[in-house]
Amino acid sequence: MLTLRQTRLAWLLVLPTLLVVAFVAGFPLAQVFYYSFHQADIAFVEPPEFVGFDNYIFLLQDPDFRGALWNTLRFTVVSVFLETVLGLIVALVIHSNFKGRGIVRAAILIPWAIPTVVSARMWQWMLNDVFGIINVILVNTGLAANKIAFLANPNTVLWAMVAVDVWKTTPFMALLLLAGLQLIPSDIYEAADIDGASKWQQFWTLTLPLLTPALVVALIFRTLDALRVFDVIFVMVGVNTATRSLAIYNRQTLIDFQDLGYGSAISVAILVIIFVFVLLYMRLAGRGVRGED
Amino acid sequence: MRTRTFGRLVGRILFYLLVGFIVIYSVFPFYWAVVSSFKESDALFSPRPSLLPVPFTLAHYENVFTGAAFGRNLFNSLIVAGGVTLVSLVLGVMSAYALGRLRFPPKNAVLYLVLAMTMFPQVSVLSGMFVLLRELNLFNSHLGLILSYLLFTLPFTIWVLTSYFRGLPRELEEAAYVDGATPVQTLIKVMLPLAGPGMVTTGLLAFIAAWNEYLFALTFTIGNDVRTVPVAIASFGGATPFEVPWGSIMAASVVVTVPLVILVLIFQQRIMAGLTAGSVKG
Repeated sequence: MLTLRQTRLAWLLVLPTLLVVAFVAGFPLAQVFYYSFHQADIAFVEPPEFVGFDNYIFLLQDPDFRGALWNTLRFTVVSVFLETVLGLIVALVIHSNFKGRGIVRAAILIPWAIPTVVSARMWQWMLNDVFGIINVILVNTGLAANKIAFLANPNTVLWAMVAVDVWKTTPFMALLLLAGLQLIPSDIYEAADIDGASKWQQFWTLTLPLLTPALVVALIFRTLDALRVFDVIFVMVGVNTATRSLAIYNRQTLIDFQDLGYGSAISVAILVIIFVFVLLYMRLAGRGVRGED
Repeated sequence: MRTRTFGRLVGRILFYLLVGFIVIYSVFPFYWAVVSSFKESDALFSPRPSLLPVPFTLAHYENVFTGAAFGRNLFNSLIVAGGVTLVSLVLGVMSAYALGRLRFPPKNAVLYLVLAMTMFPQVSVLSGMFVLLRELNLFNSHLGLILSYLLFTLPFTIWVLTSYFRGLPRELEEAAYVDGATPVQTLIKVMLPLAGPGMVTTGLLAFIAAWNEYLFALTFTIGNDVRTVPVAIASFGGATPFEVPWGSIMAASVVVTVPLVILVLIFQQRIMAGLTAGSVKG
């Protein structure tokens, strides 16, 4: 009797959430799929016209899409790699016992707490080609002969974006990895000490394998985030071919070009790309876990 | 023996250098924004800028609050972020109690449905959300932004609160049932007070996420009536690239960031627990 009442109550409690999910996720997603097979403008000047796979065929031949994909992949691979390495170093530092550990932990939370838009503008100011502190330091210390226009040069601008993203998101990586480190029992290190394994050996044979689950979760989170990068690039340099990411190209198509049909096809393509990455990591994680057995 | 202690000393020094580097790397950009926001314009553009805010001025802050509609933008951000937090918490607690404590057969199906929501990026529902808000007549409204933000606040609210509810001891509920309380009474009188800390964490995370959101706010608002702070800060500019009011931009940036930094530092333990509960365990 009680369990039946419980189940009924549970349905009542979950129902509003399910409605909201249907509204803000289900409906928009269905719209995106629907319009990706139509020719339509976002103002609905003309009624939408069914065009089958035309938008997708166009997408496969679109050099702008390929450029955006290439920019996004370069951005994602390099920034996630750097964040992982730096995040791991930071996590190991905070995990070790030393005086002032609380200060470090508080300090790394600051980039995490700062809105991406604000971080973009702060770095825009620091990377300013004439007055930016980074150029002032580079020139005054003799590291660079002349000031560098990081954000205007097509060869440096994407890497400047990577640098800003790494600064902002390394803390998140570090916190996730720190939580993973704290789950590793400390007595296995004592055993390794007795066996005479060096700290370096312990890191590669104990810490890293045991950290794999946390590492995979952190990698998934960060990769999905990096693949959808929009804010930092859009705010710092707007829309240009050297940095245009998939998300920026998607919004440009939808809002600036008012092309609801093709824009929706790009959205679906982004979903597929993200899905591929998730599957890849899942397989990787599966193999890592099985390898331990 | 002596070389060994010497080696240890060097190791110690290198370690603290690394610690120092991490702290400076994390804090300096924000420090520089604060310094720039209090510095007179001429000093901002000096070839050898001082690391301290000299000559000191409050002019940039006056500019920010008298010039554009920044006060209005702040108000909009508060309404939207506050509204999203409230709605996410109410829906989140209801669902999390059902998913974490009650006999509910499709439990996992619901949890994975909600998790799937976090997988797809905001931009890939941009067109659909645009259509939705227009159909509902919520384009360029606070309510429209609140509704659309639930897309990313609701999933982690439910996940974190569910794992939080699961962690509470069984005996509490059983005692309430023995006393003849109904599940609804148990939720309100027994579970809700205990869920307080979990709600503070998730509420804070939801607030920060909504406060910082840019893409939806940029796309679903026109003009300053509804426009939130990130959109305002991103579009702060002068007539030409040479007139960019860096002092004012930094002042506005500091105004929106300081409350967040303070909140995060006060609740750092909670936030770290919340961030990791949703990911490591899940």
